[in-house]
Amino acid sequence: MINPVQVVGSAVIAVSQAAGRILIFAGGAIGNGLVGPFYWRQLGRQLVEMGYQSLPVVGLTAIFTGMVLALQSHTGFARFQAESAIPTIVVLSVVRELGPVLAGLMVAGRVGAAMAAELGTMRVTEQIDALATLSTDPMRYLVFPRLVAGLIALPLLVVVANIIGVMGGYLVSVFKLGFGPIEYLNRTFEFLELMDVVSGLVKAAVFGFIIALMGCYHGYNSEGGAQGVGTATTRAVVSASILILTANYFVTEAFFDR
Amino acid sequence: MTEQPKIRIRALTKSFGPNRVLRGLDLDVPKGGSVVVIGGSGTGKSVLLKCILGLLEPDAGSIRIDGEEVVGARGKKLTAYRAKIGMLFQGAALFDSLPVWENVAFGLMATNSISRPEARDKAIETLQKVGLASATADLYPAELSGGMKKRAGLARAICTSPEIIFFDEPTTGLDPIMSDVINELIRNSVSDLGATALSITHDMGSVRKIADRVAMLYEGRIIWEGPVATMEQSGDPHVEQFINGKAEGPIRLGG
Ligand SMILES: Nc1ncnc2c1ncn2[C@@H]1O[C@H](COP(=O)(O)OP(=O)(O)OP(=O)(O)O)[C@@H](O)[C@H]1O
Ligand SMILES: [Mg+2]
Repeated sequence: MINPVQVVGSAVIAVSQAAGRILIFAGGAIGNGLVGPFYWRQLGRQLVEMGYQSLPVVGLTAIFTGMVLALQSHTGFARFQAESAIPTIVVLSVVRELGPVLAGLMVAGRVGAAMAAELGTMRVTEQIDALATLSTDPMRYLVFPRLVAGLIALPLLVVVANIIGVMGGYLVSVFKLGFGPIEYLNRTFEFLELMDVVSGLVKAAVFGFIIALMGCYHGYNSEGGAQGVGTATTRAVVSASILILTANYFVTEAFFDR
Repeated sequence: MTEQPKIRIRALTKSFGPNRVLRGLDLDVPKGGSVVVIGGSGTGKSVLLKCILGLLEPDAGSIRIDGEEVVGARGKKLTAYRAKIGMLFQGAALFDSLPVWENVAFGLMATNSISRPEARDKAIETLQKVGLASATADLYPAELSGGMKKRAGLARAICTSPEIIFFDEPTTGLDPIMSDVINELIRNSVSDLGATALSITHDMGSVRKIADRVAMLYEGRIIWEGPVATMEQSGDPHVEQFINGKAEGPIRLGG
């Protein structure tokens, strides 16, 4: 007999326990990391891996998203002669919502998985233990620079994604839907406010932190050889994706109406 | 009145769930001595070393290094006593993302304000001691053979000239000649540098080369401990079976 109350109850308990462990992990990493020494080389390497090497993936996602937004809003808005709103719709959707969320999800798949796999392998091959024996705190050396890299890299990626996304909308509108180039650009910036961009970048920073935290947490605590590393990788991506979508709502709400 | 041992372990216990690995282990490692722990596979030899290093938390018992209790040490105290110890891991545990020389000089660069070129020179010097050509310095661990990894791991363990060195199966996977080079190196670290060594090995040839004293781990305790010369006449049937590699005897595998 499956008791539904019991199932829900134990799920709630399991989730809260995991949340507690993750908070302790994050607290430990930040607490240790702030004491120093700070490993600049590690930060540099992570910025390249998280930011620079994610550019192609994020760029492709952004351009097609911008293009499809222009097409879809045209089909919708043509029905009540509101085509002139297309540039505004494209830029607001990309900058406030789709840029950060899609970049976050793509980077979670690309980088979150790689981080979990790398730290997981280091755990099961005792490299993390070896760090500790060489006068180096693994939290400070491995985890903290990754968290900082997440905070920095994602907003930078999203700035690029925003530009490329708007460009995608521009290309479709100008070459397919018959907009004038100057007119399109003027309309794009006419209603865009600073807060739209800022809210998107804050989201990106939050998502970057989530991706790095999930990748590090699951990798760092993986056990049981290659299989354990595989599990850690999956968990890192799934939990980061869910948390990104959840956090997205709350950050949006915090910025709503501003 | 004898001198205080460098490492003094009393009543150490460690379990993983129902698996009681260490069950009240006592062991002294004299200062400047070389103790080798022998024992069957899976008896907890590596676990013993990890407990001393604070990588695993013992369930109970005491470990003193230079007279100071280290079980449960945290923060600065933990870092300080770990810095006295160099460790060769059973699987070498080299950092994949760093070239060999940075692996070897890692501890040096972490503790001393030493420039990278200086650290590199020191790393190459240490690599030569373990029989690795200076060309290996710029390779990555994935490009090394198993035996080369082991030697690079050994170089990393001794590069900071620590007071205490742990060797977890230093000669496993090496050819007989290289094994002898490594045994010699361990011997010299103790006699020339005055380090204290605690090693684990299955290789009875190595035991005879590197040990002053031998301790046999069986069922979570040290069942026999004594000078290497008296190992043959221990009178303990477990030790006799182990050093002679007999299938017949009181030790049953997988039982
Ligand atoms: N992190 C761990 N979690 C759970 N069990 C462990 C862990 N580490 C070791 N064990 C168990 O402890 C026992 C002793 O392991 P240990 O690695 O110390 O063996 P060993 O004596 O070094 O053997 P070998 O000579 O094969 O290296 C084994 O039964 C192993 O399954
Ligand atoms: Mg072992």
